[in-house]
Amino acid sequence: MFAYILRRLLIAIPVLFGISVLAFFMVRLVPGDTVTAMLGTNYNEAQAEILRQKYGLDQSLLVQYGIWIMSVLKGDLGISSLTNEPVIEILINRLPITLELTVISILFALLIAIPLGTIAALKRNTPVDYGASFFGMFGISVPNFWLGTLMILYFSLHLSWLPSSGFVPLSDGIWMNLKTMIMPGIALGTSVGAVTMRMTRSSMLEVLGEEYMKMAKAKGVTNSRLIWKHGLRNALVPVVTVLGIQAGYLLGGSIIIEQIFSLPGIGQLALQAITNRDYSLLQGAMLFIASAFVLINLAVDIIYALINPKIRYS
Amino acid sequence: MKETWRRFKKNRFAFVGFLFIALILVVAILAKWIVPFDPYYMDTNSTLTAPNSEHWFGTDQFGRDIFSRILYGTQISLKVGLIAVGFSLFFGTIIGIVAGYFGGKIDQILSRITDVLFSFPDILLALVIMAILGPSLTNLMIAIGIVYTPIFARIARGAVLNIRDSLYIEAARSMGVNSFQIMLRHILPNSLAPLIVQVTLSFAFAILAEAALSFLGLGVSPDTPSWGIMLSEAKDWMEISWWTAIFPGIAITLAVLSFNIMGDGLRDALDPRLKNER
Amino acid sequence: MPDVKKPLLEVKSLTTSFRTDRGVVRPVDDVSFTIEYGQILGIVGESGSGKSMTSQSILRLVGNRKSEKVAGEVLFEGQNLLELKEKQMQKIRGKEISLIAQDPMTSLNPVYSVGNQIAEVPFIHEKSSKKNSWEKAVAMIKRVGIPSAEVRATQYPHEFSGGMRQRGVIAMALAGNPKLLIADEPTTALDVTIQAQILELIRDLRDETGAGIMLITHDLGVVAELCDQVAVMYAGKIVEKAPVEDLFSEPKHPYTKGLLASLPKLGDKARLTPIPGQPPNLHHLSTGCAFADRCPFVMDVCKVVHPNLQEDGPEHEVACYLYGEEERHANES
Repeated sequence: MFAYILRRLLIAIPVLFGISVLAFFMVRLVPGDTVTAMLGTNYNEAQAEILRQKYGLDQSLLVQYGIWIMSVLKGDLGISSLTNEPVIEILINRLPITLELTVISILFALLIAIPLGTIAALKRNTPVDYGASFFGMFGISVPNFWLGTLMILYFSLHLSWLPSSGFVPLSDGIWMNLKTMIMPGIALGTSVGAVTMRMTRSSMLEVLGEEYMKMAKAKGVTNSRLIWKHGLRNALVPVVTVLGIQAGYLLGGSIIIEQIFSLPGIGQLALQAITNRDYSLLQGAMLFIASAFVLINLAVDIIYALINPKIRYS
Repeated sequence: MKETWRRFKKNRFAFVGFLFIALILVVAILAKWIVPFDPYYMDTNSTLTAPNSEHWFGTDQFGRDIFSRILYGTQISLKVGLIAVGFSLFFGTIIGIVAGYFGGKIDQILSRITDVLFSFPDILLALVIMAILGPSLTNLMIAIGIVYTPIFARIARGAVLNIRDSLYIEAARSMGVNSFQIMLRHILPNSLAPLIVQVTLSFAFAILAEAALSFLGLGVSPDTPSWGIMLSEAKDWMEISWWTAIFPGIAITLAVLSFNIMGDGLRDALDPRLKNER
Repeated sequence: MPDVKKPLLEVKSLTTSFRTDRGVVRPVDDVSFTIEYGQILGIVGESGSGKSMTSQSILRLVGNRKSEKVAGEVLFEGQNLLELKEKQMQKIRGKEISLIAQDPMTSLNPVYSVGNQIAEVPFIHEKSSKKNSWEKAVAMIKRVGIPSAEVRATQYPHEFSGGMRQRGVIAMALAGNPKLLIADEPTTALDVTIQAQILELIRDLRDETGAGIMLITHDLGVVAELCDQVAVMYAGKIVEKAPVEDLFSEPKHPYTKGLLASLPKLGDKARLTPIPGQPPNLHHLSTGCAFADRCPFVMDVCKVVHPNLQEDGPEHEVACYLYGEEERHANES
C-alpha cells in the first residue's frame, strides 16, 4: 500500500513540474505588462524601470522562471502587484470559500447521483429510469452559469428567499453562510451529479447481473441489504474514479460560479488576476488550481485502492 | 455503416437530437432571411419590452429583438463548434497518432504534456489563452481548439496502441509500406469510431465553452449576437426583465443537449463496447 | 417441527415460463421429483436443458419479474415455497436451503473478505453478534478443509485459487446448517484433481449433517460416484428417473442411452458414439417429444404428443412410447 502511494507520488512530480512551467510561461505570454497596468496614467519610464527591477522583470525569462520556481519551492509565490500582499496569503485567505463551494457541490451531487442512479438501474426501462436519464442528459447540457442565473431569478428576485450574491463567512453563523452558498453549490454540482448518476446507473446495471449478487440472494440476504451492501459497494468502484476527473470541472466551474454569486474564492481571484494582468497572482492561482487537481486525483487513486481490494497490494 | 445507421435510428432519443441539430444548421444558414428583425437594430422606443406578438422573446436593453438575436446566435455557436473542434481534431489526431505509432521518447514527452494540459481546468486554460490572444471570435475558436486538443490526442493514441501491433499492420510494414501511408490508410480509419463520438460530444463542450467565456467577458465582442453575451448582459437587467435571461439559456441548453444525446446515440450505435465510458 | 412422514423436498409439476419478444418459452416444463433426508439426487442434462433453472425456481431466484412465471408446487417439508411471501422466502434461503453455484470465480463478492461473506449467513439468520458470526465463519472455513483458516478468512476472493474459492462457497452454503443443499455444477469449473476433492467433501458433509442434496451436473461420472437417485432432463422436461444403479445398468430412454454411449469407459477401445443432432431451440418446440428429431427409435406418435413420465419397473420412470402404458398406447394408434 505504501509502495503504491509512493509510486503515485513519483508519477505526480513531473506533472507538477510541467504545470509550473506552463503556468509561468503562459502568463508571460499575456500581452501588456504588470508595471504599465500598475502605474496606469501615472506612467513614466523611470518609475517603470524601478518597479521592473523590484519584481525582477528585467531579467531573462529563464532566469525569472528559475528565481520563481526556487521561491515557490520555499512556499513564496511572490507579491501581488495589485494589492501588494504575498500571493500565498491571498490564496490561503480565499481557499476556504472555494473549498466550501466545492464540498457543497460534491455533497449535493452525490446525494442525488447515488440514490437516483441506483434506483434507475433497479427500475430499468420504467418511467423512473427514463426520468433519471433525462435528468442526466439535462444536467450535463445546462450551462452552470445559466442555472445560477435562473436560481437567482427565481429564489432571490422572485421569492426573495435567498440573497442573490455576496458571501457571509462561516464565523457569522452557519445558517447565514449556507444561505449564500446553497445556490452556487447546486449550480456547480448539478452537472457533476448528472455525470455521476449516469456512471452509477451503468455500473449498477453491470453489478446486478453478476453471479455474486445471485449468490448473496441465495444466502437469504434481504433486498435492501443486497442492493446497498453487496451491490453499491461494487458499483461505486468505477464511480470514484469519475469523481476525480470531475474535480477539474468543479475547479474550473468555480471561476464562473464565484463570479456570478460574487464569492471571493480562488476562481474569482484567478479571473481578477487575468483582467488586471497581475502576473504573480495569476501564476500562483494557476499553479494552485492545477496542483489541487493533481493532488485530488492522487487522493482518488488512493481511495480507489482502498475500496478495491484487487489492487491494494499490487 | 448501414448497420450503424439502423442502430442509430432505432434510438429515438438520439434521432431527435440529430433532427434538432439539422434544424439548428438550417436556421444558421437561413438566418439572414428568416429573422423578423435585424439583430443589430436598436429600437430605442421599445427597450426591454416583454414578449409579445411582435417581439416573440421580447427585446433587450437596447431594444434589439431577442428572437432574432437567438436565431443569429446559431451561426456563432455552430461556427465555434465547427472550427474549434476541427482544430482539436486535426492537431489532436496527428499528435496522438504520432505518439502512439512511434512510441518511446516521443510518446512519453507528448503524453506528459497532455497530462499537464489536463491538469488545468478547461475554462481556466481557455481564459488565459484568450488573455494572451486578445478577445475576438477567431481567437476564441483557437483557444477552445487548443484546450480540447489533448482529448483527441489521447483517444487517437489509445486507438493506435490497440492496433499498432496487430497482424495487418505488421504485414503492411513488411511489404515496405512507409510509416506515413500506414498511418493514413490503416490506423486512421480504425480510430474513427471513437473520434466521431468525441467530435459530437466536443461540439457540445465547445458551444458551452464559448457561452461561458463570452459570459465572463473574455469571449467575442459585446455587440455580437452570441448566446453567452446575451446572458451576460441580461444579468444587469433580469431584475426587471426576466425574458432577457431565459431565452438565450434555453437556446444554449437545447443546442448542447442535442449534441450530447446524439453523441451518446452514436457511441451506442458505433461501438457498444464504449457504452459505459465517461 | 419437521413432519417426518413428509419428504424433505417434493417438487410437483414445476413449470417456469418466460415471456420473450419471440413468444413464451418454458425452460422448466412440468417437472416433478422428490428428495428425502440424506439423499443425493442427481439432475443430469446438457446445458440449456433446464437443470439450473429448476434450482433457481425452487429458491425463487427467478419469477420476480413480470415476464417470468413459476407455477406448480415446491413442497419443502410440506410447505409450498411458491406461496410464501418474499420476506419468508428470505428466511428459507441460506438457512434451510442453500446453493453452491457453478463458477467459484464469480460467485464471491470481490470487495468483501471471504470470512465476511460467510459470517453474513449466521449474522442475518441467527442474529448472531458480529464476533460470533466471524468465529462461525472461521470454523466453517476450517471445516471445508482450508488450512490456516484465521488468516484465510480475512483474505479477499481474488487471493484464493479456484478450488479454494469453491470451498469458500461451500462453507458459505453450509454456514446456515441447511437441510437441503443445491449444488449447481459444483465442479465444472475446476481441475480434475480438485473436482474429486470437492465431491468427496460434499459426500462427507451429507454423511455428517444428513442434509439432502440436489446435484446438478452434465457429468455422468459425477452422478455414478455420488448420487442415490438420478433424473435426466431434456428440453425442460424430465425424461427418465431411476435409482443410480438401475439407470446405469438398464437405461431406458433413448436419450439416456445416448448419453451413456457417449461416455468413455476404461479399457473400451470402441469409439464413442455421440448423439447426432443438436438440442432443440426452446422457441420452436413441437407438441411432441422434444427428442424425436434425434431419436433412432422415433415413431409417428412421438412427433405429435409428448409421452408422459410412466413407471416401468420399481422406482424407474421413463417418458417414452417404447415402454409401459405408453408403449401400448403407441401400438394401438
